[in-house]
Amino acid sequence: MNPLPEHPDFLWRNPEPRSSYDVIIIGAGGHGLATAYYLASKHGITNVAVLEKGWLAGGNMARNTTIIRSNYLWDESAAIYEHALKLWEGLPEELGYDFLFSQRGVLNLAHTLQDVREGVRRVNANRLNGVDAEWVEPSEIAEICPIINLSPKTRYPVLGGTFQPRAGIAKHDHVAWALARRADELGVDLIQNCEVTGFVKDGNRVVGVETNRGRILAGRVGLAAAGHSSVLAEKAGFRLPVQSHPLQALVSELNEQVHPTVVMSNHVHVYVSQAHKGELVMGAGVDSYNGYGQRGSFHVIEHQMAAAVELFPIFARAHVLRTWGGIVDVTPDASPIIGTTPVENLFVNCGWGTGGFKATPSAGWAFAHTIATGEPHPLNAPFSLDRFTTGALIDEHGAAAVAH
Amino acid sequence: MSRLPAGGRIDRGEVLRFTVDGRELTGHPGDTVASAMLAHGIIEVAPSIYRERPRGIMAAGVEEPNALLQVAGPCSEGMLPATTVELYDGLVASTLSGKGRLDPTPDPAVYDKKFVHTDVLVVGGGPAGRKAAAEASATGVRVMLVDDQPELDGELPPDTVVLTRTTAIGSYDDNYVLALERRTDHLGAAAPANVSRQRLWHIRAARVVLATGAHERPLVFAGNDKPGVMLAGAVRTYLNRYGVAAGSRVVVFTNNDSAYDTVRDLLDAGIEVAAVVDARPEVSVDVDVRILTGSAVINTEGEDRITGVLVRSLDGDAVESFECDLLAVSGGWSPVVHLHSQRQGKLRWDDSLAAFVPHGPVRNQEIVGAANGEGLWATRALWLVPSDSYDTHFVDLQRDVTVADVWRSTGAGMLNVEHVKRYTSLGTANDQGKTSGVNAIGVIAHALGGSVGEIGTTTYRAPYTPVAFAALAGRERGDLFDPERTTSIHPWHVEHGALFEDVGQWKRPWYFPRDGEDIDAAVARECRAARNGVAFMDASTLGKIEIWGADAGEFLNRIYTNAFKKLKPGHARYGVMCKPDGMIFDDGVTLRLDDNRFFLTTTTGGAANVLDWLEEWLQTEWPSLDVHCTSVTEQWATIAVVGPRSRDVVSVLAPDLDLSAEAFPFMTFRETVLASGVPARICRISFSGELAYEINVSSWYGLSVWEQVYEAGMPYDITPYGTETMHVLRAEKGYVIVGQDTDGTVTPHDAGMAWAVSKQKDFVGNRSFSRSDTARTDRKQLISLLPTDGTTKLPEGTQIIAGDVALTPPVPMLGHVTSSYHSEALGRPFALALVAGGQSRIGETLMAHVGSELVPVQVADLVLYDPEGSRRDG
Amino acid sequence: MLLISCPWCGPRDETEFRYGGQAHVAYPETPAELDDQQWAEYVFYRENPKGPFAERWMHAIGCRRWFNVLRDTVSYEVLAVYRNGEEVPR
Repeated sequence: MNPLPEHPDFLWRNPEPRSSYDVIIIGAGGHGLATAYYLASKHGITNVAVLEKGWLAGGNMARNTTIIRSNYLWDESAAIYEHALKLWEGLPEELGYDFLFSQRGVLNLAHTLQDVREGVRRVNANRLNGVDAEWVEPSEIAEICPIINLSPKTRYPVLGGTFQPRAGIAKHDHVAWALARRADELGVDLIQNCEVTGFVKDGNRVVGVETNRGRILAGRVGLAAAGHSSVLAEKAGFRLPVQSHPLQALVSELNEQVHPTVVMSNHVHVYVSQAHKGELVMGAGVDSYNGYGQRGSFHVIEHQMAAAVELFPIFARAHVLRTWGGIVDVTPDASPIIGTTPVENLFVNCGWGTGGFKATPSAGWAFAHTIATGEPHPLNAPFSLDRFTTGALIDEHGAAAVAH
Repeated sequence: MSRLPAGGRIDRGEVLRFTVDGRELTGHPGDTVASAMLAHGIIEVAPSIYRERPRGIMAAGVEEPNALLQVAGPCSEGMLPATTVELYDGLVASTLSGKGRLDPTPDPAVYDKKFVHTDVLVVGGGPAGRKAAAEASATGVRVMLVDDQPELDGELPPDTVVLTRTTAIGSYDDNYVLALERRTDHLGAAAPANVSRQRLWHIRAARVVLATGAHERPLVFAGNDKPGVMLAGAVRTYLNRYGVAAGSRVVVFTNNDSAYDTVRDLLDAGIEVAAVVDARPEVSVDVDVRILTGSAVINTEGEDRITGVLVRSLDGDAVESFECDLLAVSGGWSPVVHLHSQRQGKLRWDDSLAAFVPHGPVRNQEIVGAANGEGLWATRALWLVPSDSYDTHFVDLQRDVTVADVWRSTGAGMLNVEHVKRYTSLGTANDQGKTSGVNAIGVIAHALGGSVGEIGTTTYRAPYTPVAFAALAGRERGDLFDPERTTSIHPWHVEHGALFEDVGQWKRPWYFPRDGEDIDAAVARECRAARNGVAFMDASTLGKIEIWGADAGEFLNRIYTNAFKKLKPGHARYGVMCKPDGMIFDDGVTLRLDDNRFFLTTTTGGAANVLDWLEEWLQTEWPSLDVHCTSVTEQWATIAVVGPRSRDVVSVLAPDLDLSAEAFPFMTFRETVLASGVPARICRISFSGELAYEINVSSWYGLSVWEQVYEAGMPYDITPYGTETMHVLRAEKGYVIVGQDTDGTVTPHDAGMAWAVSKQKDFVGNRSFSRSDTARTDRKQLISLLPTDGTTKLPEGTQIIAGDVALTPPVPMLGHVTSSYHSEALGRPFALALVAGGQSRIGETLMAHVGSELVPVQVADLVLYDPEGSRRDG
Repeated sequence: MLLISCPWCGPRDETEFRYGGQAHVAYPETPAELDDQQWAEYVFYRENPKGPFAERWMHAIGCRRWFNVLRDTVSYEVLAVYRNGEEVPR
């Protein structure tokens, strides 16, 4: 029998847009939907529309590798991602939807002495920040994930790793639908095929948006458009320090379960899990160039496969079934921007790079707070746009270079 | 069902033995596993994945949804369509229920890649493809043709490179096509050991011709998944190509004329065709078979295999039953537009063909034949056969998705085919919707009342057919995964038992343990040698760049935070460079060789990035500067001879040099010829605080000069040391390692190098220092930490907290330990750490959070050893 | 795999090149005279258009020269290649 839970018989209405709303969220991805859900459920703001130019959750929400973790280095990052993880832990019940949240742990491998230093540093910071994290030696890695090649004779032997047991995966599409269903129930209008083409402004204050389905007025507008954020910001009259790049991922066919956790290796460039149905889900590298094409170059995939087979010899005869690309919006410090903008009543949540999916609940939670109150929550206050002016970056690139 | 007495492109003279699901069977060269199974009357394969319904072979090509094999071998491979696996003697396989098994046995096969250019690439060796290839080659251009079958069905086009068993799997920007060639599997045990199993062709073509044909679609009715329901075209393929009758009494169900070719061929082969059920109200074909027009198969009979069908007029009630052991179905044809669509080629819905066809070609591509809708049959769309229940109207057989499932999703509010796909998992199986995709869109359109064309397809993505990870990895495995860089002295290190550390791509000696020594003992010994006697290290991996030109000094002034323009020839200076954000990017010592020539060194891992960085500024910002950069990392071997006795050693090697501190002062260098006749550049540079010389020679002489140093040092028990000892020695002196003590958030001021930041000139990054956050005085600053117990060596990465904070998360952290060692010279452990406001905390006691313990540490000045610098002149 | 025509070497695969982001962003002549916001604009802000984009590439494993490319960020089509110091082709 199908091991997966059945979906609900009803998910959402498909309403026509009304002429005005208290709040408009641009982008019905995970973050937009979570924002609408928390606006309605936590702040009592239900006169909300989420406008989506394509199909609901059809951008990066449909294209990510579903990894959830909170073991980030810097305090500000750990706080917002750990808040997300705590929300994740309650969401299946809160939303009444089994979206296959599986806390199977995430293992980050270290292959050089510098990797080890960074890993230990992160674990120590994580623990003091209340994030479950531990350093694991190769012998322990063999227990956690027996299929990893731990031979000391490989090009970059595994020297150890960090492990976050509470981390894991969730079925991305289902997460979006769970949020959408509840938002819809609470009165939020989810409007697909509705592309924002411009902003209606009164002086420096936004009062609505122009769309391919007509003008829609709004008290406040929240931008949650990921890779398209800078295009929309430009229409609204401000700039974002964001570059949009292709990021590719792939799945294999279904195979019997062999991979019990999630493994990430920055050095060998692999991140992989095995989904409930049995497919291997893998991320590839970011293409170097800017691109909105939702596709990248094949050599990135080839390099990814070389790394996968090097680290997991058992994958040699697994098959790439499908590759695809998303558009990641990357900031100079690899941390998001969530907060106010130079335009009054217009708020932005963007720049999540590769971290967007795992942050979905807290991004929505913090963004809803920001929109509802007009001020950032302490969780997202550090992620303001003005950090690029003051220099108070939250640099999650990690160590700049391997050196000596 | 049986092998026909004659016909087919098989070699009946040779018998191949094979085993499927434990049954020992035979076949012939030219067979696939599927055709050979059918020849034995076996159509049934493993049951379906979720509903465990009986399933059978349904197609004859890559679109097969049911018959998937796990093929045994030195490394077993799963999820291979039986319709594409060529038979070989001794093949052992089992059929799968839509899920494979990964074999933990290491894959012994070799996979390789070829990179080629061609003027024209033709994909598909059918009539349209062969014609296109012949026409192209007639114009004198280079032509390649790839086809996924073992042989072309017709004459080879002239002057064309033809690759058979080669599937074009992906089409990328600017006509870059990936094609996988299967080279040895079909040979079984006879496969030569020296031939790669598969080869991934990377083909850049000026023009691409897609002649990829079309795939037949099944029809959607109750019980349409029963073994014995087969695509009509596949029935015909088995008949003509393999000489196999897939049934003995056949009913045909169609909505287009193509199935009548099957009918004719079946009749010609003497196989009974009980009836043709044609959904179209009128049919004008000439076959000697009863045709039920305007009718549909409404259900199938039989348990594990079809025994009959029920037929009803589409606008009537009367039901007629027919016995049969094979139901050949044709629901129309879908052009194979995958490669076209992967390049964002547009599609349009063609109502008369009931198919999505290309809507104009992609730039520099053509699409011909059936792939372009040419020669396909007029088709009356019949997306589903009306019924009371849709629970066994299968749309996607491999994923067990029915019409009822699709409608459940549309009922839930899903209007988009991508949503339906995700709700039902339709089209996500191994066949990627090749037989189910368009039918699904029809079923959705039926539910929503829209047109099929408006709903549109899901996105076509590479690969066209699944490809083994190992084939994409190619030769980049094991030793070839990433190149290993070694210095010219490397063999000596190996011979002398060094353990190595990976630094970038370099293998650097980490330490040189003697018998029974662990790392601590070895490093302690190496440190003592450097501080008390003499030791030597291979520093050849440091990046080296020559900077030439009249403006070289001016250029370095702009790049480095400190001044280089007035550095005198013959002198050396340490420099730090920052990115525009003011954060340390790299560091190293630079020599001025003459007025117009500098020799710049970088960190080992940073060499390539620094060269890129310098060239970027020169070319894009300051093209008027007369400066050229040349990487010389590989040209030089560098040997650091370190310790109070280093002068004694170097004096033997370089007798022509006056090595006295007065004649050859610190931070200068001399060109000389060694006693051995080797030209050398010797620098008085020290990364340890000790008297030290760096001997630079052509890397050709590296090993030889290293051995000369070793020999000259023997009387002083000269000791080779590696990166670990180098780290200890430099840390005792407070010298940073970029990338270890810095992490992209550290300014030169933070790192205790305000002395290296010029206030007299501008340089890249300077402006960032005055930003409000960067100008804070309580930023994390590099200092030393001394564990107050005098014995605890803090783990690197330990977090530092104030003594009075509660350990309730989140615990405020002040910083972290970047480097930590036991110091032989100090007789105690010590650490370097980045600590908030560290430079104003000297003398304070803080806590290091080690495991669950708090270790008191005293903040100390960055330089712990010989702060006066009294040792550098020996 | 983009095909990029190096102005000096001719058409080569994308993997021979290094990407350099937006073209025509000049280093400020007098950084000290900029305010923090202006300096931030130079350091961190780059155009990110959906459509034609003037960007820099460097032929890293060829002639190692930087040059400019006008490329569509949606279709990825290279619309023009031109040398440093030249205007964006229209």
